[in-house]
Amino acid sequence: MQNKITVNDLNAWFGAKQVLHDIDIGIEKNAITAIIGPSGCGKSTFIRCLNRMHEVVPGAKVSGKVLVDEMDIYDSDIDPVDIRRSIGMVFQKPNPFPTMSIRDNVVAGLRLNGVKDKNVLDKTAEESLRKAALWEEVKNDLHKSGMSLSGGQQQRLCIARALAVEPEVILFDEPCSALDPISTSKIEDLMLELKEKYTLIIVTHNMQQAARVSDRTAFFLYGKLIEFGETDQIFKKPEEKSTEDYIIGRFG
Amino acid sequence: MKWNKRKLTDRIMSGMSAACVIIAIIPLVSILYTVTINGISAINLDFLTQLPRPVGEPGGGLGNAIQGTFIVVGIACFIGLPIGILSGVYLSEYGNNRFGRFVSFVADILTGTPSIVAGMFAYTFVVLYFKSFSAFAGGVALSVLMIPIVTRTTEESLKLVPGSIKEASLALGIPKWKTTLYIVINTGKSGIITGALLAIARISGETAPLLFTSFGNMFWANGLDKPISTMPVQIYTYAITPFPDWHTKAWAGALVLIVLILVLNIGVRFVTRRKYAM
Ligand SMILES: Nc1ncnc2c1ncn2[C@@H]1O[C@H](COP(=O)(O)OP(=O)(O)O)[C@@H](O)[C@H]1O
Ligand SMILES: [Mg+2]
Repeated sequence: MQNKITVNDLNAWFGAKQVLHDIDIGIEKNAITAIIGPSGCGKSTFIRCLNRMHEVVPGAKVSGKVLVDEMDIYDSDIDPVDIRRSIGMVFQKPNPFPTMSIRDNVVAGLRLNGVKDKNVLDKTAEESLRKAALWEEVKNDLHKSGMSLSGGQQQRLCIARALAVEPEVILFDEPCSALDPISTSKIEDLMLELKEKYTLIIVTHNMQQAARVSDRTAFFLYGKLIEFGETDQIFKKPEEKSTEDYIIGRFG
Repeated sequence: MKWNKRKLTDRIMSGMSAACVIIAIIPLVSILYTVTINGISAINLDFLTQLPRPVGEPGGGLGNAIQGTFIVVGIACFIGLPIGILSGVYLSEYGNNRFGRFVSFVADILTGTPSIVAGMFAYTFVVLYFKSFSAFAGGVALSVLMIPIVTRTTEESLKLVPGSIKEASLALGIPKWKTTLYIVINTGKSGIITGALLAIARISGETAPLLFTSFGNMFWANGLDKPISTMPVQIYTYAITPFPDWHTKAWAGALVLIVLILVLNIGVRFVTRRKYAM
């Protein structure tokens, strides 16, 4: 299996507090990798290190290597802005731009990076909304505010917005934790479709969700990677005691 | 028993608040009433469009003062809005340090500064420098009053923009400066517009700082480097004379000014309402 991302010896801090310790992991291409672990164990921090979003927090620091297709994204001559364009992110709480229409939300990334051609923007908006399985629901309301949508639709709008800048990897930070079961299953189906073309990482608190969608699962605890392997193996025959405890709900 | 006591207290307290509201409203209503009663008779098209006439001659108006107020306030906006808004952006987005907190503190102090001090500032640095009263000097004086208000309202409204919106933008590969300029400011813009309108309403009626900066003029504006008539100063000029005819004009001028400021405040309402309607 080919790895899209290889992480070597990654450490991360908030100020003086170290929250990730010596993480080594390989993220498979065109697959879904789930990150599980109790609250505060560093899951969000870990995926935010993969698109250099960790460093936007004042006082936050990173050390180690993150290779995306052999290129170290922490190399000194690399612009974090370029990295974020190729590694998109979907957040826990849907966060469409409140003053923009549905269409403008989707193409915001392109527009603010200089694409002006209206036809190109309209075409990208439609394609991205289709990929995010939202087009049929909003095609007649493209000029309405993004805030007029339901929570689940807003989250798919955010996915469409991330897809519009043509990333290769998409990071999902508990994308369904604010959604109802029907919206959740729509997002899960969508992820399964997207993995044909993209490499996906999902942080989740929901064990069933990890089991349903992911190919491989990583278990984090206290800022350390405890166990990483095929999802089936992690859920059926975990090697570590703490992984098993967590999965059967003994803590977390 | 206990329930009744609570109910009684509740009644008394709401009665007292209602009484206070009425007491607070009385001066406002009586000002509006007096100004309207005394001024309305003098208001007609001529009053809004003609130059003032000498004492004793009937007719004439405040046309040049209305024009002058727009010009002086326009200059103040031209100087004050960009500086105020950009300072506010700086404080909210980049000002989480000693310098930022110091600037915030200074802006707070400036907001409470008596307006005549702003006039003295413009007098010292503009009037004395150019050796002439001027529309420009008046604009500078008013912009000094305007900047701290706009700075603080901009800062506050941008701080209300959720961090998640900024993160969404950064995560799309939009550089920080574009995120600030297009996403953050756009999201907070109704607050910024509100602050700007409130500041304009505040400075439009200022008299003291204009007395010795833009001074006054009985004619139409003839250059930004020349003295210029403004409504507050014209009202003041009329009001301190012994002539009843001019007193009526002063009331009428005050009425026009109040209506203008009222319109601005209604504009604020409109902008803020749109924000919540989203
Ligand atoms: N902005 C921040 N400043 C300081 N500490 C933080 C910040 N965000 C998270 N942390 C701390 O870092 C640790 C890891 O947090 P996080 O990665 O958000 O955990 P998870 O996503 O697994 O719940 C936690 O102990 C948390 O308290
Ligand atoms: Mg988290």
